[in-house]
Amino acid sequence: MDINQKFTPQNWPKHAETATQEGKNKFVGLWIFLASDTVLFASVFATYLALKDQGPVGMEFAAKDLYELPLAFAMTMLLLFSSLTSVYAMYHMKNYNFKGVQTWMAVTVLLGFGFLCLEIYEFNHYVHIGFGYTQSAYSSAFFTLVGTHGLHVVIGLVWISALIIRNAKRGLNLYNAPKYFMASLYWHFIDVVWVFIFTVVYLMGVLG
Amino acid sequence: MAHDTSFETRSHVQHEYDREQNAKYMKNQVTQFAIMIFLTLVAFAMTAAGYAPNFIRPLVLLLAGVQVVQQLYSFMHMEDKTAPHIGIVQFFIWSGALIAFTFFVAFTTIIWW
Repeated sequence: MDINQKFTPQNWPKHAETATQEGKNKFVGLWIFLASDTVLFASVFATYLALKDQGPVGMEFAAKDLYELPLAFAMTMLLLFSSLTSVYAMYHMKNYNFKGVQTWMAVTVLLGFGFLCLEIYEFNHYVHIGFGYTQSAYSSAFFTLVGTHGLHVVIGLVWISALIIRNAKRGLNLYNAPKYFMASLYWHFIDVVWVFIFTVVYLMGVLG
Repeated sequence: MAHDTSFETRSHVQHEYDREQNAKYMKNQVTQFAIMIFLTLVAFAMTAAGYAPNFIRPLVLLLAGVQVVQQLYSFMHMEDKTAPHIGIVQFFIWSGALIAFTFFVAFTTIIWW
């Protein structure tokens, strides 16, 4: 079998992403990575919970007054919708519609980029009002947790953009189908982590 | 690379059927997504409404848990029992979740400042 073999919608395998041994290996490998990433995030989450609102005596920053729900809500919606658009991309992959895959992946990148812009705006705002990384144990824990997630978003954006550009002329085949599929799995995982961040950091933060 | 893989060409009828099944599957995904959006809205609205924090805290945590399981099983296809080595996947991801849980418990109950 030639890895660059051309397909038609009629003979495109049902599960193209795991039709090759390479695809199967990537599938299991990525999931094991995601499991280890879960543990990484658990450690920064737990650190945040332990150090929330802790700092030098007389610190005027508290989670209760710091976070703004409308901003967190907008970020949540952007990331949730980007998760759905990558599901659409995988739907088009099943039907061997490469244009659909590329378009929806591009929309995913755009939404993710919007999320990143809002996050940068938020961090910038905090630093401006004096809540910098070294301000307190609380600020360090907050920036480490949300920043680690932000770094994952950046990596995801570079990853998916590289896929879109590199495969623009290649078309869909068994070489790149697993690549698109794994990138979309990773992107969903970023969304899973964000669900916990908006709940534990922002919602619980506002509750005090 | 698997050399023995052959790709059968589906008949017209089979092809139409598969497309229909894919569309059905996608519709289900969109339904799941609508539920996720709804749960998110409820979580934010409850927090903004200003009920007693001790009442809302467990509720928003529960909503987050439901959303995460939805993501894992529908968007990330963990419900697909025919996926390769799905047992390994489930073992690792739920072990990861268990370790994560012990972190939470340890850092919020044993450690104090």
